[in-house]
Amino acid sequence: MKRQDIQCDSQGQLRHFLTIEGHKRETLTQILDTAENFITVGNQPVKKVPLLRGKTIVNLFFESSTRTRTTFELAAKRLSADVLNVNISTSSTSKGESLLDMLHNLEAMHCDMFVVRHEQSGAAHFIAQHVAPHISIINAGDGRHAHPTQAMLDVFTIRRHKPDFTALRVAIVGDLMHSRVARSQIHALNTLGVPEVRAIGPCTLIPPYLQQMGVHVYNDVREGLKDVDVVIMLRLQRERMDGALLPSELEYFQTYGLTQEKLALAKPDAIVMHPGPINRGVEIESSVADGPQSVILEQVSNGIAVRMAVMSVVLGRKPSGEEGEA
Amino acid sequence: MRIHIKGGRLIDPANGLDGRHDLYIADGQVVAIDQAPDGFSADQVIDATDQIVIPGLVDLNARLREPGQEHKATIASETRAAAAGGITTLCVQPDTDPIIDTPAVSELIHHRARQAGYARVVTLGALTVQLQGEHLSEMEELMREGGCIAVSNALQPLNNTLVYRRALEYAANFNLTVFIYANDPWLSNKGCAHEGAISTRLGLPGIPESAETVAVARDLMLIEQTGVRAHFMHLSCAQSIQKIARARHDNLPVSIDVAAHQLYLTEMDIGDFNSACHVIPPLRTQRDKDGLRAGLGSGTINAISSCHQPHDADAKLAPFCETDPGISALETLLPLTLRLAGEKVLSLSEAIARITSEPARILGIDGGRLGVGDRADVCIFDPQERWTVDYNTLASCGKNTPFLGWEMQGRVSHTLLAGQSVYQVNL
Repeated sequence: MKRQDIQCDSQGQLRHFLTIEGHKRETLTQILDTAENFITVGNQPVKKVPLLRGKTIVNLFFESSTRTRTTFELAAKRLSADVLNVNISTSSTSKGESLLDMLHNLEAMHCDMFVVRHEQSGAAHFIAQHVAPHISIINAGDGRHAHPTQAMLDVFTIRRHKPDFTALRVAIVGDLMHSRVARSQIHALNTLGVPEVRAIGPCTLIPPYLQQMGVHVYNDVREGLKDVDVVIMLRLQRERMDGALLPSELEYFQTYGLTQEKLALAKPDAIVMHPGPINRGVEIESSVADGPQSVILEQVSNGIAVRMAVMSVVLGRKPSGEEGEA
Repeated sequence: MRIHIKGGRLIDPANGLDGRHDLYIADGQVVAIDQAPDGFSADQVIDATDQIVIPGLVDLNARLREPGQEHKATIASETRAAAAGGITTLCVQPDTDPIIDTPAVSELIHHRARQAGYARVVTLGALTVQLQGEHLSEMEELMREGGCIAVSNALQPLNNTLVYRRALEYAANFNLTVFIYANDPWLSNKGCAHEGAISTRLGLPGIPESAETVAVARDLMLIEQTGVRAHFMHLSCAQSIQKIARARHDNLPVSIDVAAHQLYLTEMDIGDFNSACHVIPPLRTQRDKDGLRAGLGSGTINAISSCHQPHDADAKLAPFCETDPGISALETLLPLTLRLAGEKVLSLSEAIARITSEPARILGIDGGRLGVGDRADVCIFDPQERWTVDYNTLASCGKNTPFLGWEMQGRVSHTLLAGQSVYQVNL
């Protein structure tokens, strides 16, 4: 199955943004180029552009996330859209029918876009399959599956430092097993032409058959970091650090945590990234997180511009009989 | 009621019959083949020219949802669907609500099935009380008073291997077959799809092959130790079949069935989170599918079951992992099995044996054969007729099948239960 099918309308225009997988390089580049235009909006006295005036965007968060929700909210407001934040406990919508009932109620309020975060993989696809034709879905993270806007802001940040994707070696380090971010990053980097993407972590945190997604797997962090241009550290969730996955935070830090000494194995101008929030002293040491090679705070700033770009590209499409605004 | 089934190709693997034979039925039994008995005067003549006449299908594994989940389906609705699929005997698991751990629940199911009158329902009793794996159920009473023909812990794990051993020993005491779902719950770890390339890409929690193979290895050791007769239900991994083939070579009394959908679908069919393909055990790899087919061809796999699990529409309307697993499968069991013959996995006679005489033998019941004196449970089908699996024409209350839109070949025209017509096409 071509995974972009559900994401595009009959004219091939982006209708939903559910996953990076299946998109053409041109689509991703279009989003990155659009984001470049938005990067200065935050520095203006009036931090708004009128592109989505009159549109209503609902942040539908079934899983709490202050950081991601805030950046989506800011992005929508800077595009002059009306924003509604809905936080739903999954316990009250654990059955499909109540989830669909709720979606149909929101549809009846003439919303234009749902930004969806959900703890289950595939939730954004499920919602996209059941919403009215005039509504677009942006996946803000579903289970372990995908977090496409995070991946886009990561590659946007990389491009600003290292414009030629075809000359890069990128390492993704840590808990790839549970990471939706990593899956989306892998698709984005492969699509943009990065010749070598490395996945680094202990066997317990590397999902089986990951190689089939187009990465080289390393269990030895020193070997994996050698001569890379970009180091993307992943968040290690403390609640998962039990005896079945890892023996201790200390051992993890000693073996996989990014220190100055390990970073020295990468290229001298390598950049260090992290989707946040950071566990200092667990996956990365403070001197690296705050050091000259770190672009972690840039990622946060870029996140707003990239989400503005995704929203404007998706809502800017021209539905049949209706002129798009952007 | 006396019936003359005329001109059909009779395939009765148990009696080694495959040829054009007339069948004469009276008082619920087959009274003659080819030559009408003296004075036989048929009340009904069924012209089976160009059709195939086989024993009524025996399905080793079906959920009817009653008692406990009548909003999904009922014994009446699902036995009616069974009749439409040529199935005359259904074996139900004990995980009803209430659970079949007392004779009363088993009796209720038998009573409701008799009331409905479409198919015979046989019950498995719970291996442990409430299927909780802690206390042995009263198996002898379940058998004697409740009519249970075997025991099982359904999909529930027996975590305590000592209780497991005792349960197998106790069942062996009464010569009861134990139906086993081979699964290590810790290795399954709340997964919902085969652990492989697809689940990794989709970020779905995976169920590794080892969840089944480790359990098979453990179960075989306990079967060997206790001497119980055991049946492995709906196995999904090629390696499991190899392990059991070896055990059978060593004369262990074990049998195997495989769900029909596992012979046609793989992990790839999940596509973009297609909840119709959410089944337990999960759809495995192409290699596993090929291994299961090879196991059928070699005779290691004894039977094909429907693994019928009807659901209401809402049960499949959620993100993949939150949907209820299972396929509505009674009406596709026969055509999917026939397709195996078309694909040369089995001969037609061997394929029919896997859904008639072999499951009957595993259950230890009369059925699955059409010799003189046998009960007249009969399925007649047109092997050439093509039909499309359609939401609106499925008789089951469950429309949850990934085969919707598939073209099937071979359609049931008549089903007889003990000589009584319980299904006739277009009526």
